[in-house]
Amino acid sequence: MAVIDADDLPLFAPSKKVYPQSVAGPYRRAKWIILVLCLGIYYLLPFLRWDRGPNLPDQAVLADLANNRFYFFFIEIWPQEIYYFTGLLIIAALVLFLMNAVAGRVWCGYLCPQTVWTDLFLAVERAFEGDRRERIRRDESPWSLDKAWRKTGKHAVWLVIAWWTGGAWVLYFADAPTLVRELATFTAPVSAYVWIAILTFTTYSLAGIMREQVCTYMCPWPRIQAALTDDDALNVTYRYDRGEPRVSVKQAQRLRAEGVPAGDCIDCNQCVAVCPTGVDIRDGAQVGCIQCGLCIDACNTVMAKIAYPTGLIAYDTDDNVKRRIAGHRPVYRLLRLRTAIYAALILVVGGAMIYQLATRQTAGISVLHERTPLFVKLSDGSIRNSYTIRLLNKRPEERPFALTVSGLPGVRIETIGPQATADLRPVVTVEPDSSREIRALVTVPADVHLEKSQPLTFTASDLFAGEIVRAEDHFIAP
Amino acid sequence: MDGHHDRDNFDSVTGHSTTGHEWDGIRELNTPLPRWWLGVFYATIIWSVGYWVVYPAWPLLTDATRGVIGYATRLSIEQDLATLRDFRAAQSKGLAEASLVQIKADPDLFRVAMAQGKAAFGDNCAACHGVGGAGAKGFPNLNDDDWLWGGSLDTIRTTIQHGIRFAGDADTRVSQMPAFGRDKMLTPGQINDVANHVRAIAGLPTQPRADLAAGGKLFAENCAACHGEAGKGNREMGAPNLTDAITLYGMDVASLTETITNSRNGVMPAWGGRLDPTTVKALTIYVHSLGGGE
Ligand code: SF4
Ligand code: SF4
Repeated sequence: MAVIDADDLPLFAPSKKVYPQSVAGPYRRAKWIILVLCLGIYYLLPFLRWDRGPNLPDQAVLADLANNRFYFFFIEIWPQEIYYFTGLLIIAALVLFLMNAVAGRVWCGYLCPQTVWTDLFLAVERAFEGDRRERIRRDESPWSLDKAWRKTGKHAVWLVIAWWTGGAWVLYFADAPTLVRELATFTAPVSAYVWIAILTFTTYSLAGIMREQVCTYMCPWPRIQAALTDDDALNVTYRYDRGEPRVSVKQAQRLRAEGVPAGDCIDCNQCVAVCPTGVDIRDGAQVGCIQCGLCIDACNTVMAKIAYPTGLIAYDTDDNVKRRIAGHRPVYRLLRLRTAIYAALILVVGGAMIYQLATRQTAGISVLHERTPLFVKLSDGSIRNSYTIRLLNKRPEERPFALTVSGLPGVRIETIGPQATADLRPVVTVEPDSSREIRALVTVPADVHLEKSQPLTFTASDLFAGEIVRAEDHFIAP
Repeated sequence: MDGHHDRDNFDSVTGHSTTGHEWDGIRELNTPLPRWWLGVFYATIIWSVGYWVVYPAWPLLTDATRGVIGYATRLSIEQDLATLRDFRAAQSKGLAEASLVQIKADPDLFRVAMAQGKAAFGDNCAACHGVGGAGAKGFPNLNDDDWLWGGSLDTIRTTIQHGIRFAGDADTRVSQMPAFGRDKMLTPGQINDVANHVRAIAGLPTQPRADLAAGGKLFAENCAACHGEAGKGNREMGAPNLTDAITLYGMDVASLTETITNSRNGVMPAWGGRLDPTTVKALTIYVHSLGGGE
């Protein structure tokens, strides 16, 4: 029994450097297309313009933190409407669950920023240092000028990409062309530089250095995903019913001729060589596999070369492998209770959000009853309550709102401060894209019978556009 | 010997070495602090040294070390306060120059005046008049439209400026209702009659045994000079209107009897001496806007 010094016990298994080999095939192509689309959108979207009229920013997607506004194309969100984001996040989670129910970790394999940026960084690495074998050989060889400039070049390009990633991020929080100019002339706000520095660091270290370690050790999704998945979800699967025992092509011919069963896997290790996380899919489903499908491409290339049928590794389920071994037909069940429920929930939440957006009002009113005093008796015996009314104008132009109040006989409303009137109704003008607070006095004549408290409706109507908003409150009497 | 020692220092259950300490057969595992933790720990110690140099740190007898960048929380508060004063000065400049009517008509000035007036009201007036000017018995409700000394901008300002029956101000508002009972000007029976007459002109029920005619006559002789024939009051003298629905001291017979017997002479301080003219203006606008302004 050896004495183990606790100091030498690592916190996790020592990482083996992964040298993914390049591969071609439909999954690889899909990943390139997704990469170009996602990164293209991410880097260029801040520069897209969207005309909202004279008083509002013309950036299509903008989180205007200073003014508490979020702009997304035709949508403008005020802080109190943050529930749109909640809705969006719920939908995002449900879509993630649905993807997982259909085909496991599609998110990880194709869409996750970690995967996309790592793919990009790997492409850069390959451009400078060559493919798998060359990289391994160079890493093992002593330092030389050639090795030095390739490494330096790679890290330099990584840093530029990482810096650009941070740069694009801050553009979502300010007018992009202006900020670019400010950044270039070193007149941008300090926070912009700080954020760029932070994101440069995270991008460089996550996509350049940590890579698959992020997925294996840091990310919570693989754990959650494993708890959410079921036996019918498609996974990148090595069909061991067909692959085992692994023998070379020649030996397989010989064995088969002798009537001894032989598998289709020729143990070429290509699936392992291309794997970005360095796992062997033939060991079965495992947490290290992000299900990018690259081993499918690799294996199919090999199968085509040796004229075997493709699909030794494919999207399939373990149950189907077992069914085939038992001589049954494989079963693919896309429509299951959980996929149906996820899809239905997405429709419900999405529908609710679309309804909300479609019926969203561009004005708003909220009323707060004055508490000191709750009511006042006037000299002629009439009763008055005062309220603080806040009117919201979410449109880019100034709007006059006429205030009326209803629900009690003879009830009158007047506002405090310099105000116009229209048809005896007080008119409150609210500046573009802002809100205005105003004190209002509501009076009920002496001869009206009043309970201790009765409901009252406040109505604000836009004198031009005709939009009407209402708020309920109470009228208090002695 | 050594081999024996080694076996002593190894715990086969956990696969850890032990410290060799043992109590009643319980041995302590050797679990040293992780290196990264120790690293961070030493780094914070080094960091703290830099901190001593840069920031105020060590207390001395009467002072403390200052730190090379000269930072002090008190200084930053003073800066904040100075910024605030400058900001307020700019805001109040407009108020100081404009007349009350101009302030009332200008949305921006009005907004500033309301904010400033509200704060000043809370600091100075709310103790008697209540937070929202709701008043109490003996302290007028400023939200209603019944004014003893007038509810126009100018009369409100004069009242705030000079106070009511305030000894320290020559221009204070004065009026004094006689103590008819205490000074033996009226008998208790007569006071009761007057009290009932007052209730009658206010439209309130009277006591059946009261002599309303006598009360009316006594009212005309003693009270009408200030309160008017019909009891409608007179703002020049701060004489309240006795016929409306608002009362400061109560309209029941007992309260009225007390008022006529001993008189009531509420006092309000003159704020002109304590508050600057701009604040008085802001207060005027605020009180005027509470609901009863004329
Ligand atoms: S494991 Fe996490 S970080 Fe890695 S690809 Fe999946 S979601 Fe992204
Ligand atoms: S095993 Fe295959 S699917 Fe899984 S990560 Fe590796 S290459 Fe991608």
